[in-house]
Amino acid sequence: MTIMEFFGIIYVSNGNFSAAAFRAAFAEEERNDDKAMDQTLKKQLQITACKVRMGIIEGVFNAKSGHPGGSLSIADTLTYLYFHKLHVDPKNPKMADRDRLVLSKGHTAPALYSVLSQRGFFPEEELKTLRKIGARLQGHPDMKHIPGVDMSTGSLGQGISAACGMALSGKLSDESYKVYAILGDGEVEEGQVWEAAMFAAHYKLDNLVAVVDNNGLQIDGKITEVCSPMPITDKFEAFGWHVITMDAHDFDSIEKAFDEAEKVSGQPVAIIQTSTKGKGISFMENQVGWHGSAPNAEQYAQAMDELKAALASLEKEA
Amino acid sequence: MADVIKKATRESYGEALAELSGEYPDLIVLDADLAAATKTGIFKKACPERFVDCGIAEANMMGVAAGIASTGKKVFASSFAMFAAGRAFEIVRNSIGYPHLNVKIGATHAGISVGEDGATHQCNEDIALMRTIPGMTIINPADDVEAKAAVKAALDFEGPVYMRFGRLAVPVFNDKETYKFELGKGVQLRDGSDVSIIATGLMVNEALEAADILAGEGISARVINIHTIKPLDRDIIIKAAKETGLIVTAEEHSVIGGLGSAVAEVVTEECPVKVVKVGVNDVFGHSGPAADLLKEFGLCADNIVKKVKEAIA
Repeated sequence: MTIMEFFGIIYVSNGNFSAAAFRAAFAEEERNDDKAMDQTLKKQLQITACKVRMGIIEGVFNAKSGHPGGSLSIADTLTYLYFHKLHVDPKNPKMADRDRLVLSKGHTAPALYSVLSQRGFFPEEELKTLRKIGARLQGHPDMKHIPGVDMSTGSLGQGISAACGMALSGKLSDESYKVYAILGDGEVEEGQVWEAAMFAAHYKLDNLVAVVDNNGLQIDGKITEVCSPMPITDKFEAFGWHVITMDAHDFDSIEKAFDEAEKVSGQPVAIIQTSTKGKGISFMENQVGWHGSAPNAEQYAQAMDELKAALASLEKEA
Repeated sequence: MADVIKKATRESYGEALAELSGEYPDLIVLDADLAAATKTGIFKKACPERFVDCGIAEANMMGVAAGIASTGKKVFASSFAMFAAGRAFEIVRNSIGYPHLNVKIGATHAGISVGEDGATHQCNEDIALMRTIPGMTIINPADDVEAKAAVKAALDFEGPVYMRFGRLAVPVFNDKETYKFELGKGVQLRDGSDVSIIATGLMVNEALEAADILAGEGISARVINIHTIKPLDRDIIIKAAKETGLIVTAEEHSVIGGLGSAVAEVVTEECPVKVVKVGVNDVFGHSGPAADLLKEFGLCADNIVKKVKEAIA
């Protein structure tokens, strides 16, 4: 059974698709931190992440522009969050008590759109309209028009502040939703990120988790060579955050990190994920040139072949 | 004139927030370490649990305001105009304006009348900046009565609003009992046939004084108060252009991009007549007592009179 079939069953049987139902189905595998994640769940997440990567390539190829590198590096994290962690409902994207996700590194919208479409917020086919005139799928996330997008982002450093506002609002009215913000490692060079970091710690926003995607590359080169923001972990610690590190392409590590984040109280949580820019496409991995350029027809075919092969192998194992 | 009451609109702003706190239980007020000056401290005293100090970090404050608004609560973000519109411009544009979130920006200490703090704090550019943001409403109240009514109107309006308040105590000329604030509607305070003086903020009272002086010299001046600079009341301006054939604008703001520019844009399109702008003439201010600075920079009734007479001659 694929994860989508699983969701299908939940949807048909309940008539009301919910992440809570999904979580409940896996409730029997109450794990402690050291234990590996449920193998069936892990496989399904890997399969979904592979489909998410296909959607990223599909979107960027059709748009003939966009940001595949940083989209591919967050594909696994977004898949985990939207398919396992977030309390969201594709049929009711504005649900008041939903968990929020702010893609502060808004240029990686292709990843967010792809995961939202996989999760059922809009048809997968729509990914091909990315960046086109008349399309909802703007070059950077647009909360006004795209179901499931919680904040319009794109200008780096701004999303984390909005996430702080959402978290603060939840605290002020005693709501239980959580807020997740995804930032780039180059993005933390923006001063506003540290204004937000100071604010979140001061107001003890323990309903806020910021993920920093440390793929090591930004437009002009290696982050350590452009204008190094390192060490990122120490900086967040110094600002009063609870800091967790994780391997962005290992679901056991991802699960362990987000489970730990949930147990923290009195502090916001920063998860610094070590990732590979362009992850999953051999010729894009760790290549700064793929930060903001689209594959040509030949490259597109190769990328899709690689992903199809990976998917076939995952499905065979499942 | 002995019993003219003077009050700074920043004071009216702080009082209005506190007075309306019961009526709007989901109202959150943010400030950036200036609560004592912006007067949001009055709200803080009334509702400490709904006041959030963001520290000296205006960019983050505007983003936090956007996040709060996205959850459905009403929110005012407050600082000096220089930092609210200036420093945080791009956050206001991208995190508030673009998603059209329901954030109210309470910007105090606007214009040259900041006084002794000097040029770094005298913001004469905020209206110009905010006008360029699609969907941004801009309100620049003229006195205490109007400022308080405008705060309530902004709270009842869904969408981003930039509100401009002053540091200097200015005469209260509106009658609290009869005053009615209509968002987007200019107010004709005095009828006249020779010239229309179109003013905003603290220059409205100067325009009224100028009209009195001009009347004594046989010149009939219409006075129009534009409290909502965007969306602009085009009809009242076109009518004034048609009926008086001459317009003098008056604002405590740069002559570039403010009320004068907005009025000229409408007039040149609809009914070209001469538009003379009284404002800060593309220069920085400097330190000094507010009242002296207003005179020095020509932001006073005498200069309006002078400009009207030059234009008519």
